[in-house]
Amino acid sequence: MVANDGVDLVVGDGEIHALLGENGAGKTTLMNVVYGLYHSDGGRILLDGKEVRFASPKDAIAAGIGMVHQHFMLVPVFTVAENVMLGIERAGPLGVLDRARARRDVRELSERYGLSVTPDAQVEDLPVGVQQRVEILKALVRQVRILILDEPTAVLTPQEIEEFFRVIRTLRDDSGTSIIFITHKLKEVLEIADRVTVMRHGRVVGSTEPSATTEQQLASMMVGREVQLRVSKGPAHPGEPVLRVESLTVADDRDQVAVDGVSFEVRAGEILMVAGVQGNGQTELVEALTGLRRPVSGAVTVAGRDLTGASPRDVLRAGVAHVPEDRQKDGMIPTFPIQDNLVLDTYDRDPYARGWSIDREQVHRSAVERMREFDIRAPSVVTPAATLSGGNQQKVIVAREFSRPISLLIASQPTRGLDVGSVQYIHERIVQQRDEGVAVLIVSSELDEVTALADRIAVMFRGGIAGPFDAAEMSRERLGLLMAGVGDAGPSAGDAEGSAT
Amino acid sequence: MSEPAAPTAAAPAPGPGPEPEQPRPGRWAALGRFAPTESAGSAILVTVLAFVTALAIGALVIVFSDPDVLSKYGYFFARPSDALSASWNEITATYGALFSGSLGSPSQIAHALASGDAARIQQSFYPLSETIVAATPLIFTGLAVALAFRAGMFNIGAEGQLFVGGLLAGLVGFAWHLPPGIHLVVALLAGLAGGALWGFVPGFLKARTGAHEVITTIMMNYIAISLSFYLLSSSLYRRPGRTDPISKIVDTNARLPHLAGANLRLHSGIILAVLVTWAVAWLLKRSTIGFELRAVGLNPDAARTAGMNIGRTYILAMMLAGALAGLGGANQVLGVQYTLAPGFSANLGFDAITLALLGRANPWGVFAAALLFGMLRAGAVQMQAATGTPVDMVVVIQALIIVFVAAPALVRAIYRIKVKDVSGTQPVSGGWGG
Repeated sequence: MVANDGVDLVVGDGEIHALLGENGAGKTTLMNVVYGLYHSDGGRILLDGKEVRFASPKDAIAAGIGMVHQHFMLVPVFTVAENVMLGIERAGPLGVLDRARARRDVRELSERYGLSVTPDAQVEDLPVGVQQRVEILKALVRQVRILILDEPTAVLTPQEIEEFFRVIRTLRDDSGTSIIFITHKLKEVLEIADRVTVMRHGRVVGSTEPSATTEQQLASMMVGREVQLRVSKGPAHPGEPVLRVESLTVADDRDQVAVDGVSFEVRAGEILMVAGVQGNGQTELVEALTGLRRPVSGAVTVAGRDLTGASPRDVLRAGVAHVPEDRQKDGMIPTFPIQDNLVLDTYDRDPYARGWSIDREQVHRSAVERMREFDIRAPSVVTPAATLSGGNQQKVIVAREFSRPISLLIASQPTRGLDVGSVQYIHERIVQQRDEGVAVLIVSSELDEVTALADRIAVMFRGGIAGPFDAAEMSRERLGLLMAGVGDAGPSAGDAEGSAT
Repeated sequence: MSEPAAPTAAAPAPGPGPEPEQPRPGRWAALGRFAPTESAGSAILVTVLAFVTALAIGALVIVFSDPDVLSKYGYFFARPSDALSASWNEITATYGALFSGSLGSPSQIAHALASGDAARIQQSFYPLSETIVAATPLIFTGLAVALAFRAGMFNIGAEGQLFVGGLLAGLVGFAWHLPPGIHLVVALLAGLAGGALWGFVPGFLKARTGAHEVITTIMMNYIAISLSFYLLSSSLYRRPGRTDPISKIVDTNARLPHLAGANLRLHSGIILAVLVTWAVAWLLKRSTIGFELRAVGLNPDAARTAGMNIGRTYILAMMLAGALAGLGGANQVLGVQYTLAPGFSANLGFDAITLALLGRANPWGVFAAALLFGMLRAGAVQMQAATGTPVDMVVVIQALIIVFVAAPALVRAIYRIKVKDVSGTQPVSGGWGG
């Protein structure tokens, strides 16, 4: 499989260079080659005009190249200073680790670039945004001249992203570090990059300056055709409440309260978006609503029927569609063919089953139909689902869930990691369900998705819920503040517990 | 501005952030090898080559474990032909005896058929009959392990399930006296129920408490074997007039009828085995229960999310597996031994694990593998008698087959077979969302 095909990329000294492309476009692969993790089958890498060859990341680091991976490589139980000196430990006489020096390095660099990281903090106690700065510190201590950042903003709140941008600008201006910034978010490219290179299907399709382009042009380059960035959706015509949640409290796996006495309603024909940074109780909320997790207290009713603590099957059969957060783990059986994944929750019902026997003909026929209807691109209906792209996998799940009679749709991160085309398709389908009178509840940590789809918005923070608010009254700034727990609608505004119901 | 991110500082479980598009190995990644992900042709080819390779290496063991042949290697450089011809003769004699002991000799069969003498014909088919008799219980126990595999569980307990099945079938066989036909059916059902009961316990424990079935099935084996000792010494089972633990004799009505006269041990258990194999294949492929079993086996998280009851599926799978092994026990008591003695299983439940692996947890694959093992078991006796090569040689060959089947990459490397990897088809770049 060729992930990079004859790629040319030039990064100048002291520039922030965005590498833009969809998932699977080959951005990370390219950077892993530069960083010495993978080896190219051809072509050259020039550093300051001289050809270099990296057998491993060790060589790349020695040459002044650093990389911050999407998944951080930190030891959670170590302090910041310990993490930073890991691998380049200096020992004093008698072989004792020179911790003082590591602490001093961290403090100095942290001050110089305004990173506000304390050397003695334990990494597992730090929020994700600060952990990321520890990763950057690791690179700085190793005196990198080129810093590669892989999807650095994926895990940050809007405020953290602002702060992060400030840091990398300082890096560029004060020390002339070149920064390669891998992303698929158009807005960020326009805001921060000095130059942008767009990749598609393993090739570079163009390189330009952000000032000379628009979001629309970049999106078209990235996808290879004209795309619509906005979902066209008319005003909502909400009807009766379908989902009613009353003082629902849910515990997580460690028996800690993850959802704390939450109450809200979703009405037929409206989309309620639940925004929030990952890990604030959204997962547990959805699990409790879909029967996967038994709530501690509170009540869940769907269309007047009490479904508190019901089994997943009872919930699904009550007319609830569920598009789970982790599609490969919870949404499908990767080694099953597409046609079996399409009947994963209806295989034992009419028309697919007669008694104990499954009507394979019927399963096959309806799968062929569904593939056409939902534009699932695959060689055939018996192709294993694992071999599909993320977008097509999600279409399989959506096709399955939307083909049953439903009155409520619950979806978690429905477009995470999908290409622009698939995102657009899934969004359109969701709006279509709304227009047909389905009540829609979507959990998303992507701000763009929240604002694109929402009729109403609720924000989750530490198990509490703020809102729901009318989407029209919600600015991105206020949304960002609510996501960071800075409440502005309740009596305890500014307090960490600030949630209003 | 000093701590801009402070408000989220104590957010519960910040975690490593989202994990987009990571192909994750399942909890039972190792089981993936048993699932038929690679093409059937390639799987069969590898299995056949594994068998051939095992025989080749087995040949070396035969040569080097025979002192007579080995002594000729002492002057190998003076007269290499001595050593080589002795080796060749030893190998052909041993394998010849192994195969004629399991399949019969074609010329003998031809002559017997030509002579039209019933006794001679029967005699010539004796090896084949022995092979099938040895294979039949392995089909049942192999299916028991394979079925549990498909539901994502390692059933190490086929041995114990077979014991309990045999104990119950035997009890019904000698303690009750029912009309012909009915007695046999009831005895078989008793064996089925005994095995199902023994499978239910680990299934229930796993569903309710999460206790790992490998541990519990092993423990259930010990209990079953000790239980058999106890029962066989009790007045309920022990044959009157005997002091050693051996049971009463099963009624003729409860016996599986012979298929080819009383001189051959071949009995109707093999017909039952064919039917059961077909039923298991149908169950897995065509039924709603099989769909659940396979879904739970491959991805329990997704199965649960789609509304399947994981616990119930585990219990059901273990009960079905136990019932199959129990039938294997009933088959031995009602079809071969007509009585129960300690250790009447002869490792049938443990060989089953190897069989399920060899048959790739596919019902007809297990059927074929059981016939192969039946051949080796039946032929081994003849081989030892004819050439003095110990029966244990067969165990060596079985072990070698398993090594090569479990490491298909090894076989492919030896024979330079190129395969397109079909299991990990994620594009290289897909891993990290780049």
